[in-house]
Amino acid sequence: MKGKKDIIIAGGIIGLLSVLLVKFGNPANMGFCIACFIRDIAGGIGLHSTPIVQYIRPEIIGLVLGAFIISMKNKEFQSRGGSSPFTRFILGIAVMIGALMFLGCPLRMVLRLAGGDLNAILGIAGFVVGIFVGVFFLNKGFNLKRSYNLPNFEGYLFPIVNVGLFVLLLSGFSMLIFSEEGPGSMHAPIWISLIVGLIVGALSQKTRLCMVGGTRDMIMFKDNYLLSGFLSILVFAFIGNLIFGYFNPGFANQPVAHTDGLWNFLGMVLVGWGSVLLGGCPLRQLILAGEGNTDSAVTVMGSLVGAAICHNFGLASSPKGATTNGQVAVLICFLLVLVISLVNSEMLVKQNNLKKVNNN
Amino acid sequence: MEKIDVRGMSCPQPVLMTKNAIEKHPEGIDILVDNNTAKNNITRFLKNLGYKLEFKNEEDGTLIVVRK
Repeated sequence: MKGKKDIIIAGGIIGLLSVLLVKFGNPANMGFCIACFIRDIAGGIGLHSTPIVQYIRPEIIGLVLGAFIISMKNKEFQSRGGSSPFTRFILGIAVMIGALMFLGCPLRMVLRLAGGDLNAILGIAGFVVGIFVGVFFLNKGFNLKRSYNLPNFEGYLFPIVNVGLFVLLLSGFSMLIFSEEGPGSMHAPIWISLIVGLIVGALSQKTRLCMVGGTRDMIMFKDNYLLSGFLSILVFAFIGNLIFGYFNPGFANQPVAHTDGLWNFLGMVLVGWGSVLLGGCPLRQLILAGEGNTDSAVTVMGSLVGAAICHNFGLASSPKGATTNGQVAVLICFLLVLVISLVNSEMLVKQNNLKKVNNN
Repeated sequence: MEKIDVRGMSCPQPVLMTKNAIEKHPEGIDILVDNNTAKNNITRFLKNLGYKLEFKNEEDGTLIVVRK
């Protein structure tokens, strides 16, 4: 099947490029991490002031613009929005809180495992459990209602904002804040980061790669298309790590990671559950935002605010482990996501909204 | 013929709505879809079930005619 071959090749390229980014200067096992990089950007523009995680990550900008360019070229760019935007904003915050409990988005979870960080196994277990919970609500009728076509400019704005951010970075705008030590200070050269981001953005747009969609579609439809991409990233990042000598199996002393298994697990339950409700993982949200989906742009903004909350309120984990504040926040988010799941499914109220639209 | 409208729904709703509809109407359905991702996902799902699909471009999207 041609489609599956394409996503396996794309996953392979993404896995290898992720390792190369580490070679060029990114933190170990962090060639890509959507959550970490959005967190760094939040710090870089001063939304939080944790000195070790502040940088404008060109990979994020590249992902958005890569998806934008390829969707324009393929006439798949569609400016749209209106599918419960504020609920998505809140879910974006919750997913970020879960990801910074674990210290990674689903993509970095895979890259961590590929680098030998066995704590990621607990993350993956939690992620799968979270996806099962999300699927349970999908099967009970959960949805965030329809999105609608909007004027093109609305969809162009998010890519434009990203271009603006890149111009600020290049111009050396003095109000941006850059870490002098810690993960935020470790990065590949700007143009390499941008180009790799563009390539991965284009490949992800073309193949619809989604880390949460793989497991979700297997559970719901026995469809392994997206899961093939997920596994391909794991295998090729593993091979890349072996080649460059980065593979270092174990639980203790893994880069930008902690060994608190329960909270690694619970953090990723939250990420899996929230991402299923959103219809895609944090990477996929960036890609969709690049193709004109303003609901996804709002979700990314939620993640940005979520990252700032995480660092301003001491919720984010560190290599020392989870914080009490973070644990409380994850539990509050579970409650919040449960309420969102219940209210938007047909368990409590029979929903007729969709029917009404059909008759219009 | 049963017609479903999956326009504007985020993943995986288009496939889920298709699955529910085709289970109720195994003889065939019509699906109105407005983006390629949903179109491809629905196509993959229904082809795996052995259905024949025909695509008609309409003003507000693509109509997928699904028959045994």
